[in-house]
Amino acid sequence: MIQLVSFYVFASIVIASAAMVIFARNPVHSVLWLIVAFFNAAGLMVLIGAEFIAMLLVIVYVGAVAVLFLFVVMMLDIDFAELRAGFIKNVPLGLLLAIVLVAELVLGIGAYQAGAVKLGTAAVGVASISATVPNIEAVGALLYSKYVFLFETAGLILLVAMVGAIVLTHRRSHGTRGQSISSQVQRRPQDATRNVNQPSGQGVEL
Amino acid sequence: MIGIEHYLVVSSILFVMGVLGIFLNRKNVIIILMAIELILLAVNINLVAFSVFLGDLTGQIFAMFVLTVAASEAAIGLAILVIYFRGRGTIAVDDVNRMKG
Repeated sequence: MIQLVSFYVFASIVIASAAMVIFARNPVHSVLWLIVAFFNAAGLMVLIGAEFIAMLLVIVYVGAVAVLFLFVVMMLDIDFAELRAGFIKNVPLGLLLAIVLVAELVLGIGAYQAGAVKLGTAAVGVASISATVPNIEAVGALLYSKYVFLFETAGLILLVAMVGAIVLTHRRSHGTRGQSISSQVQRRPQDATRNVNQPSGQGVEL
Repeated sequence: MIGIEHYLVVSSILFVMGVLGIFLNRKNVIIILMAIELILLAVNINLVAFSVFLGDLTGQIFAMFVLTVAASEAAIGLAILVIYFRGRGTIAVDDVNRMKG
């Protein structure tokens, strides 16, 4: 019973907040609704025992991506009213497309429920989920053994994204005096210093 | 009883919400990026649901990789958005023809 209730609560809040992401007038509100949607999607995933992905959703999306969106939305000085000008014009075509897509997807799910098309038999026990091993442990064991190269590729993708974002947005500031290391290193003591035998009672000649 | 179909319906509705968001907010590239995130979230729900349904952990691993790509895509997209805004003073993208492509 509690599974049923919690599934419907999570699912309805996910869908409602996704609708609010699209229809909110203020993009800041859109980002906040996106956070709500991700939290409830994480709840949906906890419900079926995928705790690792659920925690990842909360940490990566709510902690990093949503904050990034908030930063950009608040940093840029944008006239959002002007951007919504074409909203009404696009509604009929967009709704038509959405209805067609939903109908197609529901048709596909119905066909699946009625007895899916058999495309050969699935390989049994590829990476079977055990009832005793915790989800995070199982994911780690699989990730660091069979998918270790894919895992490293994911790290490389993140590195490239980081470098790309920095290169794209970095501005070299003009008018500041930076350090010139080569001229500092090339400087010799005899060019820079002078030894004088200074007699007393006279000023220093510079 | 909650079956795989319930999860598939939720993820398909979420997917269509994302597509609809791209259609409705054609000018505002921030909302378009958020709609893409919604689409990827729908894909992730699908992957995890089928992973549990088939008793195969591989789907959850792939959901993690989808998450990685989604995060880097958001970072690069927002970086492009920032430099576009610096150059043009607006983020209306329905008439982007700078490159004359």
